[in-house]
Amino acid sequence: MTTTAPAPNAPDDTPVLTATGVTMRFGGLTAVRAVDLTVNPGQIVGLIGPNGAGKTTFFNCLTGLYVPTEGTVTYRGTDLPPKPHLVTQAGIARTFQNIRLFANMTVLENVLVGRHTRTKEGLFSALLRGPAFRRAEKASEERAMELLHFTGLAPKRDHLARNLPYGEQRKLEIARALASDPGLLLLDEPTAGMNPHETRTTEQLVFAIRDQGTAVLVIEHDMRFIFNLCDHVAVLVQGEKLLEGTPRTVQSDERVIAAYLGTPFEGAPGTEEAAEVEAAEAHAAEDTDR
Amino acid sequence: MNPKNPPTGKTAGITAIPRIPLPPAAARITVIAGAALTLASTFLAWTWTQAFPGNLTVTGYPGGLQLLTLTGAILTIAHTLATTGTPGLRWLSPTRSNTATRHLALGTLATTWYTLIAIAVQLGGIVNLEPGGYLAGATSLITTLGALALPSGRPTPPPPPKPLPSWAEILIIAAAFGLGLSVLTYGIGTAYGELFTGFLLLTGFTTAALAKAGLITRLSRLTATHRRVTVTAAFAAAALFPLTQDTDEYTLIVVNILIFSTVALGLNVVVGLAGLLDLGYVAFLGVGAYTAALVSGSTASTLHIHFPFWAAALTGAAASLVFGVLIGAPTLRLRGDYLAIVTLGFGEIFRIAVGNLNGESGPSVTNGPNGIPNIPNLSILGYNFGDTHTLGGLTLNPFANYYLLMLLVTLLVVLVFSRAGNSRIGRAWIAIREDETAATAMGINGFRVKLIAFALGATLAGLAGTVQAHVSTTVVPEQYVFAGPVPPNSAFLLAAVILGGMGTITGPLLGAALLYLIPAKLQFLQDYQLLAFGAALILLMRFRPEGIIPNRRQQLEFHEPPATGGPIPLTKAEA
Repeated sequence: MTTTAPAPNAPDDTPVLTATGVTMRFGGLTAVRAVDLTVNPGQIVGLIGPNGAGKTTFFNCLTGLYVPTEGTVTYRGTDLPPKPHLVTQAGIARTFQNIRLFANMTVLENVLVGRHTRTKEGLFSALLRGPAFRRAEKASEERAMELLHFTGLAPKRDHLARNLPYGEQRKLEIARALASDPGLLLLDEPTAGMNPHETRTTEQLVFAIRDQGTAVLVIEHDMRFIFNLCDHVAVLVQGEKLLEGTPRTVQSDERVIAAYLGTPFEGAPGTEEAAEVEAAEAHAAEDTDR
Repeated sequence: MNPKNPPTGKTAGITAIPRIPLPPAAARITVIAGAALTLASTFLAWTWTQAFPGNLTVTGYPGGLQLLTLTGAILTIAHTLATTGTPGLRWLSPTRSNTATRHLALGTLATTWYTLIAIAVQLGGIVNLEPGGYLAGATSLITTLGALALPSGRPTPPPPPKPLPSWAEILIIAAAFGLGLSVLTYGIGTAYGELFTGFLLLTGFTTAALAKAGLITRLSRLTATHRRVTVTAAFAAAALFPLTQDTDEYTLIVVNILIFSTVALGLNVVVGLAGLLDLGYVAFLGVGAYTAALVSGSTASTLHIHFPFWAAALTGAAASLVFGVLIGAPTLRLRGDYLAIVTLGFGEIFRIAVGNLNGESGPSVTNGPNGIPNIPNLSILGYNFGDTHTLGGLTLNPFANYYLLMLLVTLLVVLVFSRAGNSRIGRAWIAIREDETAATAMGINGFRVKLIAFALGATLAGLAGTVQAHVSTTVVPEQYVFAGPVPPNSAFLLAAVILGGMGTITGPLLGAALLYLIPAKLQFLQDYQLLAFGAALILLMRFRPEGIIPNRRQQLEFHEPPATGGPIPLTKAEA
């Protein structure tokens, strides 16, 4: 499908993201168990799995929203700090499964908030409004407009985020995440609720992001989307990594199909038991009728 | 979709059935005739005795509350004529809205009937009404019924205004500010509570009518194009106020209003921008005031030092800043309601601690419940604020001096608010308010940014406190309570921000002015003051949840129909 072009931002081959033995427990419940994952520069990696497999929990471990109970996460060889804003500063940006835009800010303002870590004008420079402040604001706005053009939202810069159609809200989330100039972009179900046309557009957008040198890790349920897009796919089932590999190997693996569709297990109710249950129900119905 | 023209409301083009069946032309004639008769009735006697304030006994010219009814009636007639496109009056109603006519008629009705009921109640029975009063009551009712019979809905969206040369636009802005100032001055100068209530009723309805008529939208468009002129005009108009006054009485009121509004604007940084509910904000005002009092050279101060004002102001602001950081650092890790409760607690701790630092139950610092009296008047470069000065034929009495000083402080706070709000840090505050998790995921250090907002708010309140100490000449702990009948206190400050409009500059200024004037003018309500206040707040939240002056964002949040065209945006819950 696609081969990795050497990303301009990362000429070296250090993996962008390395997660080793990441485990997350909530009390007695182990949501994620000893998951290893590596994302190399210029790669698009997919993370799939049935609902409740722990994909989003794993994402939250990567972005510092949760501190993993065990295991380490490194970004370009350095350990990630356990605070979300520091993770973003280090170079990992994310979107959310349930869109979490700043609903009452305009489209442009949303992207400008994304620039937060890459600018440093504090309160005093805002109050004094010196030339440096104006320059920085102008640069931020230029970069934000660049991203809005990139995602096709430029004509809507002054709309409130809450008034955008659903598909555009998803795009705006991506634009906002890109505003922090990340080396790795984490997308949590970017096409959820989209129609096929919008899904195609998103696919193009993700490719374009990869071509700009940003590695992408994407959670998705839409298999066609994942297999079109990804260089590498990992499957998470019940908190554990079942397997990983190229889309082709994953697609044809029986265990993956089983995990999604289920397999008959031993002691599954056979025809005899089913007939018994039916009889009992009929009997009960008779009782109530009388 | 053109961003400049969002889809108009669902009322556009739809004409609802009027509540009273009457042909529109007949309804309009009823309104005009009724209002004309109401106007005429104000020239008659409404009551027989001068026991009711304002002298409503004279036949021949209107007086007191009759003037308000007169104004309402004239406005109703003028606006009704404007909606029919009478040449020369068309500018009064760009939207040709009958709803505006209805508001004006209702305003006249409310003011008139309030007057009549007040006469009957105060003098003991409706026998005290003269025929003029009955005429006024009946005709204002007829006017309102006629207005209710007018077709509702908005037949056409307002046409774009005719382009004017910019000097004319600036003149319009100046005229609007002049009008606003005179209305406000009239309200502050109302001599008795009944007149003030009538004034509030009429102004409230008229403002609503102006909004419906589209005049406020036009004016705000003008002010947006001439921002600098607008700000200058507003402050020039404000600076002119003391010159319109002969006595200290109302100047003292406006100084206190300015102090209250400035502190409310400081609280708006914390509540309106960063979304942190602070219920103990008045403590920072107290810290500033106490610091200024301690270094003022007052005989009662335990520190026998006398700082010049600039140093006292800086010390007061710095002390508040330190307190803000000390209180904020442990509490800002909490969210929402928890933060509100903790700040409420800290506000009370401040008051009680200050009451105990009297040398007996604690170290001798603040003189306990007696506070620090005899704070000397300010003197800047030999200009003593306690004396009456004559500058070029204009007399400035002591409170006028303080008023002008406080106006500078307000200007500074306005500047700080607008600059901080419209910057990287301001956007971070709003992002935190909108969605804290998403904001931290965008790289915003939530705790740090919130602490900056908290500290900035505290500093601004402390600065205002340093002036307050000198204006009131005494600081006592009981000035800085959570809730009390006299503003500023924490509850009133918060109410001013919410009433005026969160996140705006003019909102808290206006809200504070109203919240100061209403209790001050409605002394006759006595024990029912707070009850009436609560009822008014509930009504406001029902009909205008975004406050009197809406933030652009909140206006859209509460009143805009969902965007049409394209897939319907899902809410967060549905996604």
